[in-house]
Amino acid sequence: MPSVFKKALDSGKFVVTCEAAPTKGTNLDTMKHHIELLKDKVDAMNVTDHQSSVMRYPSLGGAILVKEMGGEPILQMTCRDRNRLALQADLLFAASRGVHNVLCLTGDSVMLGDHKEAKPVFDLDSSQLVAAIRTMERGKDMAGNELDGGVRFCAGAIVTPEANPIEPQLIKFEKKLEAGAEFIQTQAVYDMDNFRKFMEYARQFPVKILAGVILLTSAPMARFMNKNVAGVTVPQSLIDEMASAPKGGALAKGIEIAGRMIRQIKEEKICDGVHIMAIGKEEKVVDIMAAAGL
Amino acid sequence: MIRSITQLKPAEEIERLLNGLDRVFIVGCGTCVTLTRTGGAPEVAAMKTQLSEAGKVVTGTTVVPVACDNLTGEILAGIDSQIRQADALLIMTCAYGVQTIARQIKKTVIPALNTLFIGKETGAGHFDEVCKQCGTCIIGETGGICPVTACHKGLVNGPCGGTNNGKCEIDPDKDCAWTAIYNRLKDLGRLDSMRKYQKPRNHLGEPSPGKFRLPAE
Repeated sequence: MPSVFKKALDSGKFVVTCEAAPTKGTNLDTMKHHIELLKDKVDAMNVTDHQSSVMRYPSLGGAILVKEMGGEPILQMTCRDRNRLALQADLLFAASRGVHNVLCLTGDSVMLGDHKEAKPVFDLDSSQLVAAIRTMERGKDMAGNELDGGVRFCAGAIVTPEANPIEPQLIKFEKKLEAGAEFIQTQAVYDMDNFRKFMEYARQFPVKILAGVILLTSAPMARFMNKNVAGVTVPQSLIDEMASAPKGGALAKGIEIAGRMIRQIKEEKICDGVHIMAIGKEEKVVDIMAAAGL
Repeated sequence: MIRSITQLKPAEEIERLLNGLDRVFIVGCGTCVTLTRTGGAPEVAAMKTQLSEAGKVVTGTTVVPVACDNLTGEILAGIDSQIRQADALLIMTCAYGVQTIARQIKKTVIPALNTLFIGKETGAGHFDEVCKQCGTCIIGETGGICPVTACHKGLVNGPCGGTNNGKCEIDPDKDCAWTAIYNRLKDLGRLDSMRKYQKPRNHLGEPSPGKFRLPAE
């Protein structure tokens, strides 16, 4: 049985995903509120895995919570904190609890987070994690041993269309597809001309691509991302537009911009859907979707 | 030439390690730490001054030619009286030197340096870590550049999403290994080898701790 999200991808509809960000601690009220608010409005919710290498409630726990609340989770798994035994074990656990979508990521450096002295793992990379999922689906673990009770996942990965230079990223992208990635959620894209160019190239592969949209909350936030978030480039014109917002109106302007971009992506059929990242402002996803006419 | 790259420990840590050890003999080395200015004659002299000012009795100092050589034991035996008067040896060499001395002299050894990596001198006063001695070398397919070492995450199938403008996400001063590998393979007309999927790494090259014996003739 394909997952609900997989069916949405295959249906040809414009797919929308968003994020549910686990909190630091066991008070899950905010996360539950976001899940409740969004679960029926989007096709699936990604649950982030110690985002930015900051220790939080686990993505697997969050994904199970989304499932229990009637939503469709995409389990984000990074290779930063677990070796191949732990990753496979968590995949078995996920499958046993009805979590059947996985986004495979390398993971940020431990040094960028709040436990800088921790041992980084990176036993596997993102393409190898995708390949491991496909191996497990054939009934074997990575060591070739039989699994008693199998798994089935809709497995995806990410790409950074605005990376410079782009060629090494594209080679890695193709390796992820060859390893078996069925969908791609991109890093944030703001330059539509550049993204269109990427899609002209990507269209040759049978993979569903959801464009990453990060909600801009202020002009300084946009400048901060340009300076600190690799692979994200907010063009000056958008920074100026954010700066032009009346006092107290920056967030509304950001919602307007995100909505406009999503509308353009959908109307011009640039790719198969969007992945909305409203980092810390998850309740605004509803407004972004309304602004996009979704 | 490869060099052991070291860094002076913070003064507070050295002070803590020497707590209760009032009489100290200082050992430097004439090889790597002289080159990196972390344990040569000037640094040993500065440490002597620093410890004396802190109220320690420095019973003597020496800069041995190659601390990691087994001959170091004999050299130190020649100045045994100064060493015997000390409560501890403060050793300003890399960990190879510290351990060589610890095996040969029955005395408390305190390292004054942290050993960072085994580096290759790639320019005047510029050292880079180019090999982690993993035991399963793959540089035949990566243009002679080791991604296990030169990529912060040791990735073997291409760059992560954190790279930008050919630099690493952790430090704009560090090059992205995969940008370098891409450029090298492109120059060589060998990009196909970057497209080849690399299986998960074999971490069993030589289970730690490494050990090697010449086979009997």
